[in-house]
Amino acid sequence: MAEVRAEMVANVWKVVARDGDQVDDGDTLVILESMKMEIPVLAEGSGVITKLHVAEGDVVQEGDLIATIG
Amino acid sequence: MLDSVLVANRGEIARRVIRTARRLGVRAVAVYSDADADLPYVREADEAVHLGPSQPARSYLDAAALLEAARKSNATAVHPGYGFLAENADFARRVIEAGLTWVGPGPVAIEQMGDKIRARNLMEQAGVPVSPGTREPVTDVAKAVIEAERVGYPVMVKAAGGGGGIGMGAAADEAGLRAAFETARTRAERFFGSPAILLERYVERARHVEVQILGLADGRVLALGERDCSVQRRHQKVAEETPSPGVSASLRERMLAAAVKAGEAVDYRGAGTVECLVDADAGSFVFLEMNTRLQVEHPVTELVTGIDLVEQQFLVAAGEPPSFDPATVQPAGHALELRIYAEDPVRFLPGPGTISEWDEPAGDGVRVDAGYQAGNTVTPFYDPLLAKLCVHGADRAQALERAREAVTAFRITGPKTNLAFHADLLASPEFVSGDYDTSLVSKLRPR
Repeated sequence: MAEVRAEMVANVWKVVARDGDQVDDGDTLVILESMKMEIPVLAEGSGVITKLHVAEGDVVQEGDLIATIG
Repeated sequence: MLDSVLVANRGEIARRVIRTARRLGVRAVAVYSDADADLPYVREADEAVHLGPSQPARSYLDAAALLEAARKSNATAVHPGYGFLAENADFARRVIEAGLTWVGPGPVAIEQMGDKIRARNLMEQAGVPVSPGTREPVTDVAKAVIEAERVGYPVMVKAAGGGGGIGMGAAADEAGLRAAFETARTRAERFFGSPAILLERYVERARHVEVQILGLADGRVLALGERDCSVQRRHQKVAEETPSPGVSASLRERMLAAAVKAGEAVDYRGAGTVECLVDADAGSFVFLEMNTRLQVEHPVTELVTGIDLVEQQFLVAAGEPPSFDPATVQPAGHALELRIYAEDPVRFLPGPGTISEWDEPAGDGVRVDAGYQAGNTVTPFYDPLLAKLCVHGADRAQALERAREAVTAFRITGPKTNLAFHADLLASPEFVSGDYDTSLVSKLRPR
């Protein structure tokens, strides 16, 4: 089980992947926005997304859980 | 002189404009969002008006809220700073229609230069050199492929209505073009509300050099020297200097003359910047775009000329002559600006946070234009600029030495900062030699 966490305070601009999606290393899960920059959050391995913990418009803090990949 | 001015901006630039206003006895009105209530500029203004929530669209980009703030505070003029609505011709029109003085060029000049395609065409007609590119907006990828063949690879793909490097990308071949075009188009629609794309021949090994112009109330246009802005990450400036180490006296003369022509072509009033790409080896340049407002890096020009550019903006807006004699402007020494961003110094990813320690350097030739102080929180809502660390020296070597000492002395704890990047930049043999171009940052931080 891999956990993908936010690296910084940001707004969730786009949720690209969905629960149950099969993802590979480097696939974009969500796109965050902070300080006028878009920051793609990528899968760091292959697996199935067991849960996406954020929705578009959410504010995430550094360390917040974004997705769980099983 | 103006009676009062509402500064329709935030952070360091609002503070900068307020400083000159107060020195000249012009009543300064600040505006602020929820996120910015505790920033220094709010307290330093004569009066401050709350605009709305933190999101830019509901505060600093809300024209109606800004005009209402001006009405409530009886401000008689509006200074837009840079970014937000500074280059929005409709906002300028609404300010003027409300009976207020707009501290900036006329709305028509803003429009003419705001559309990069129109600006290129206009400059070509005025005799200012432009690089090969598209003369009409490109809106679909098939057309982009045809146009890129005509222009010649590598090409730069840009949003026609854009700025700040957003959506810009270079392409070396058709596959790269298709990818860059898609990125540029989605960003253009999202950030600038127009999908129009411009293709231009990409100049490799170029320096990014711009000329400060000032359109006087009597219609004359002055060029106040150049600034080298080749130190960039993600097509955004990180450090600037004047004079440019890559511009010879004869090239400077031609660039300044072209910048005056560019300003005259749009009947320019106030402070503006003509951005060019310079091929230092060939000693040639092409027009890139014009920014119709005060530039972030204006302090380096102020340091070498001794001219307060914000004061000149106020004077031009009030219909008065400048405070200096245009015939005797003689830049002296060398100035650098280092942009202190809230971002990590390696990957340059944003790092907002609460500032627990903020200790600015001081000393001979050191000027810090800061937007924050200890106790403030840097939020994710706005751009990452924390402060501009500027230094002036008798020559480039002294300016570099002062910059090194100032970077070491600058202490910021809390948010991430790129101070360590600046230390590396100032130690880099390439930067120190002066013989560098826009690829410098990617060499200092290879992926």
